[in-house]
Amino acid sequence: MPRRKPTQLTILARNGEGGEHSIAKRDRSLDFGERWSYAPAPEAHSYIRLRDRYQLFINGKFVAPKSGEYFDSVNPATEEKLAEIAEANAKDVDLAVKAARRAHKNVWSKIPGRERGKFLFRIARLIQEKARELAVLESMDGGKTIKESRDVDLPLVAAHFFYYAGWADKLEYAFPGQKVRSLGVAGQIIPWNFPLLMAAWKLAPALACGNTCVLKPAETTSITALHLAEILQEAELPDGVVNIVTGAGETGSAVVNHPDIDKIAFTGSTEVGKRIATALAGTKKKLTLELGGKAANIIFDDAPIDQAVEGIVAGIYFNQGHVCCAGSRLFVQESIFPSVIRRLRDRISTLRLGNPLDKNTDIGAINSRAQLDKICELVDSGLQQGAELVQSRARLPAKGYWYPPSFFTGVTASHRVAQEEIFGPVLSVMTFRTPEEAIARANNTPYGLSAGVWTDKGSKIFKLVNQLRAGVVWANTYNKFDPSSPFGGYKESGFGREGGRHGLLPYLKLS
Amino acid sequence: MAEERAAAFTHRSIKTSAKLEGLKLIVSTTDLTTLEGSDTPGRVAFLCRKAMQPLHPRYEVPNCAAVCVYPNLVRIAKKFLEQSTVKVASVATAFPAGLMPAKLKRQEVRAAVRDGADEIDMVINRANFLAGEYERVFDQIAATKEACGAAHLKVILETGELQTYDNVRLASEIAMRAGADFIKTSTGKISPAATMSVTLVMLEAIRDYFYETGIRIGMKPAGGIRTAKEALAYLVMLKETLGDAWLTPDLFRFGASTLLNDVLMQVVRVVDANYQSADYFSLP
Repeated sequence: MPRRKPTQLTILARNGEGGEHSIAKRDRSLDFGERWSYAPAPEAHSYIRLRDRYQLFINGKFVAPKSGEYFDSVNPATEEKLAEIAEANAKDVDLAVKAARRAHKNVWSKIPGRERGKFLFRIARLIQEKARELAVLESMDGGKTIKESRDVDLPLVAAHFFYYAGWADKLEYAFPGQKVRSLGVAGQIIPWNFPLLMAAWKLAPALACGNTCVLKPAETTSITALHLAEILQEAELPDGVVNIVTGAGETGSAVVNHPDIDKIAFTGSTEVGKRIATALAGTKKKLTLELGGKAANIIFDDAPIDQAVEGIVAGIYFNQGHVCCAGSRLFVQESIFPSVIRRLRDRISTLRLGNPLDKNTDIGAINSRAQLDKICELVDSGLQQGAELVQSRARLPAKGYWYPPSFFTGVTASHRVAQEEIFGPVLSVMTFRTPEEAIARANNTPYGLSAGVWTDKGSKIFKLVNQLRAGVVWANTYNKFDPSSPFGGYKESGFGREGGRHGLLPYLKLS
Repeated sequence: MAEERAAAFTHRSIKTSAKLEGLKLIVSTTDLTTLEGSDTPGRVAFLCRKAMQPLHPRYEVPNCAAVCVYPNLVRIAKKFLEQSTVKVASVATAFPAGLMPAKLKRQEVRAAVRDGADEIDMVINRANFLAGEYERVFDQIAATKEACGAAHLKVILETGELQTYDNVRLASEIAMRAGADFIKTSTGKISPAATMSVTLVMLEAIRDYFYETGIRIGMKPAGGIRTAKEALAYLVMLKETLGDAWLTPDLFRFGASTLLNDVLMQVVRVVDANYQSADYFSLP
């Protein structure tokens, strides 16, 4: 029997029609105001022991940099200095690479996989034990909310080490019929958006495969990597197997250009990724790049709208939009555009912006002044090009770097905000009419890291996922991660995969 | 994702002043309920007294929103509550199964209203709904609304029998369009009763109806909510889905009985900074 849609049913007149509970159409927006406002619920952090100065971690020890230089690490929510971080120069990097080379030659490539696995399991368990402390540090140093560092970042960090610990003694089964050997020394450069998680993504597979590492964290978020170094010491990981050199672009460049490195793994901007690829061209070094993105999140008219709205929010406002796979281009089928926008508008006014250490905070601080400036510049360009900006009215704290959850409507493919990665809580909303148009528009970008599809129709999902040029496609969900699932890009979003069995390949020689 | 979203509300940390305010709001929105075959006037007396004054006045706890009973006991409840602001609610329309000739259901509703019921909690005919006879479901709700007269109508969907979110959503829309003042999850006789994700789907239906018509419909999760912590999570969900306007007994109710004393225990905990034994809290 065909279902009669409830919209075809009449609305019966009710008592008090037009009375206190009935209001005019223009005023039909929800009021997320101050009634029953939540009291502050800050996560305790008085027990956190921050050092005044963080040194380099080379050959199993914390050592002062040859450069003699230090730079400040700032809490982006307060603009207060947290600590000084050693700046590694080419000499320091050289010491780190030498230590890694010795450790690879003498220890790490010699011991059986099951022994390497034991170390990784031990590291994973230690991370779990100290998860809360690390989460608080991550939030203080990077500005991300404690809700996310506690419930997303840290569990995934531990899971990644657990997952690759399991592979360490099974490598020959991962690639049957082939002999597997480690590459040697891996230089790994990671971004500031998920500092510990990116360290885990890099270190765990490299170590499982028998490589040793020189890791360079991003200059705004070095602290948790150095606390991870303490965990490595506690796990009695042999000296030199992991070395951590802190610093900015020059340090990274020293890692990339060091002659005795066998492989570079980089996660960061497409601009820097291109420079690295140029620098490595013609050398024997292997390279994997995980770069920027401008992902399409596609909502069809047969999608469960409220769930899709949650997916939009998870896609662009998670981690203040500092996510390379953020769903930053929203494509809404024209017929449902008004209803999606209305819901999204009300939904972003419920997002709580403020102290990242408050357990009820949904939107934390922007990672740095430089990033905030970049976001503002791109938003200005959107306004100048005639797009309409919708912003939550969240009050921004006086100190620190903040940007309210925002989205643009009236965007076309020719707008800069539809083309360039904003890397902030700013969404560009566009419309489409047919699935073919959605595919064409979604693929109309130099990037290809991720995409999302929302529809209750399974056949449509299969059709789309096969035609979207993106490394990860989420169907009826967004921003879901698991160590067993490979992650990586098409086109200018990079090459190579991290996670899963595929994540072993960049760290192995097969013969 | 409805489950995921609903679970996110339980992670809100409600402390100190916000907790106390929330706890009092829970009390003021509670429909203190007894729906047993063994209910007697004596039992109803306990309930009514508790609803009027849940805790010692020094804690400044408001009275409950209503006492909910079977139609036979409406008169008794009314006698106790007449002088108070606590409303009398009566289940009707062949609660809990809803399987009785329509004419008799209307008679039952009229009788309950005549005896003093301020609010009628009807059940929809799930048999009709699951057979796809939506017009009949609609017509019965509309007829019940008419029989209510001035009394407010809460429509129980019995979501535990509808099972799917699609069904819950559709039943919510039918009920609102047919004249419900409130939509309510459950009778409390079927497991599962209220869950957060089902309540979320109903709140979203209420929001969309508001967008469309400008009319605010009330929500009543009922059954299975036993602790203050759970109830606070429901209030968080309400506040963050429908906004401030719904944080009132006019538009939100809990159908519960054991919940009340757990909430009161938490009130004492916040005010006096220590837990009291359950012996200090009078049973409803």
